[in-house]
Amino acid sequence: MTAPMTAPTGPARLLDGIGSADVVRLDAHLARWGALPDVAARTLLESVDQSGLRGHGGAWFPAGTKWRSVAAGRSPVVVANGAEGEPASGKDRLLLHHAPHLVLDGASVAARAVGSKRVVVHVGEDSVSDVTAALIERERRGIDRCDFDIVVAPDRFLAGQESAVVNTVNNRNPGIPSFVALRPVREQGITGRPTLVQNVESLADVALIARYGPQWFRSVGTHDSPGTALVTVTGLWDAPRIVEVPLGTTLGSALGIPDERAATIQAVLLGGYGGGWLPTATALSMPFTEEAARSLGTSIGAGVVVLLPAGVCPLAEAARVVRYMEGEGAGQCGPCVNGLDVLATQLELLAHRPRSLRGGTSAFPTLCGLVEGRGACHHPDGVARFVRSALDVFGDHAALHLQRGPCQTTRPFLPVPATTGAVR
Amino acid sequence: MSRQRFRLVVDPVACDGAGVCAELLPELISLDPWGFPIMGPGEVPPSLVDLARRATVSCPRLALHLVRIDG
Repeated sequence: MTAPMTAPTGPARLLDGIGSADVVRLDAHLARWGALPDVAARTLLESVDQSGLRGHGGAWFPAGTKWRSVAAGRSPVVVANGAEGEPASGKDRLLLHHAPHLVLDGASVAARAVGSKRVVVHVGEDSVSDVTAALIERERRGIDRCDFDIVVAPDRFLAGQESAVVNTVNNRNPGIPSFVALRPVREQGITGRPTLVQNVESLADVALIARYGPQWFRSVGTHDSPGTALVTVTGLWDAPRIVEVPLGTTLGSALGIPDERAATIQAVLLGGYGGGWLPTATALSMPFTEEAARSLGTSIGAGVVVLLPAGVCPLAEAARVVRYMEGEGAGQCGPCVNGLDVLATQLELLAHRPRSLRGGTSAFPTLCGLVEGRGACHHPDGVARFVRSALDVFGDHAALHLQRGPCQTTRPFLPVPATTGAVR
Repeated sequence: MSRQRFRLVVDPVACDGAGVCAELLPELISLDPWGFPIMGPGEVPPSLVDLARRATVSCPRLALHLVRIDG
């Protein structure tokens, strides 16, 4: 059976098949998308390569490059990664709840493409029942040629980091990254085997690329960032909402934000707590792509967009976030352990005791430089990017603090969970 | 035959800031305010490769690696 000729043509792709259903069960999934076409591994690798798909977990690494590297090794393992440790992101959980079969189709395709018999579905506690129910349906139909396991991700920021995922599955330092610069996970990961860790949204994209082809996939998006992105938007409605945005469009038009509403937004955080702040006008008018975000010194990361409203002190928020990120560090690398604590303290002073901050904000660039590129993972790099961009975008606000003292009224706005604390 | 080229890489998980490397190889390695090594950028100059190799085996945590640059 081949896929029906009803590839989505509108801006919604991954969310298109959901409609009013709470959960798209296997029958409805097959009725909407058809069965996966029976295609050889080589063809699948070519399709993913040509599609230009990039990883939606936050790194935007070209999927095809990673797949080919893993496929070259012996008996690889595939991980469908839905850990989603980022507090302001909800898109992976949403996808796993409403459309688990798109994700599992993608994982099945990935396994076939790289020559793997084993798929690990790595998700938070919240998603275990959704995935279990979907896997039972698939087993009854016998539609997969690989074995699926579920591994529960620890509830911490770094849980979804590639080497941390491997450690969790290997049950050694769960949720803690390793130093893998000399021996990447794609060469030696789960039980020492080549391991493909791919975000669940990327895998859902794969499910559609396998059915409709790379040209269809590229009909939306830009050359370097094709397709769509699931974006978790905080600060526009009463509660965070997940929107599917065609890459390359502007957030202003995709979210339909009128000018008078935009004027009430202090600034926009792109890419979450390892991303960066942008002035509102810049964030809403730039093409929403990873390359545009990088050229502005940030990243769209896992598709996190936070619109900071008036009445909230941005420096107090930045201090809360950086203290949280400090607590979420793995506690392994000296520069990160020491540097993030100093950065958090300096921001707390700037936010709440600005007159005690000797030298004003002048120490921040040096401090950021002392942590950048010096961790086993990119945790310190993300924090440095967040801090640099905060001082850039909220420089006038910082000057006000230094001249007149801290904001008299503010309220916590950004979602900052209680920290899990360093392991050591 | 072209000469082999190297760079120094520190494993930040293994490193505990003993500082031996910076003592042996101040030309390429300095210490941050907390005593952890900061590597100079780029390739190890050929004249320093032997010293760099000695620094890697002198590290009490074996956290310093001399890595061949491909190509």
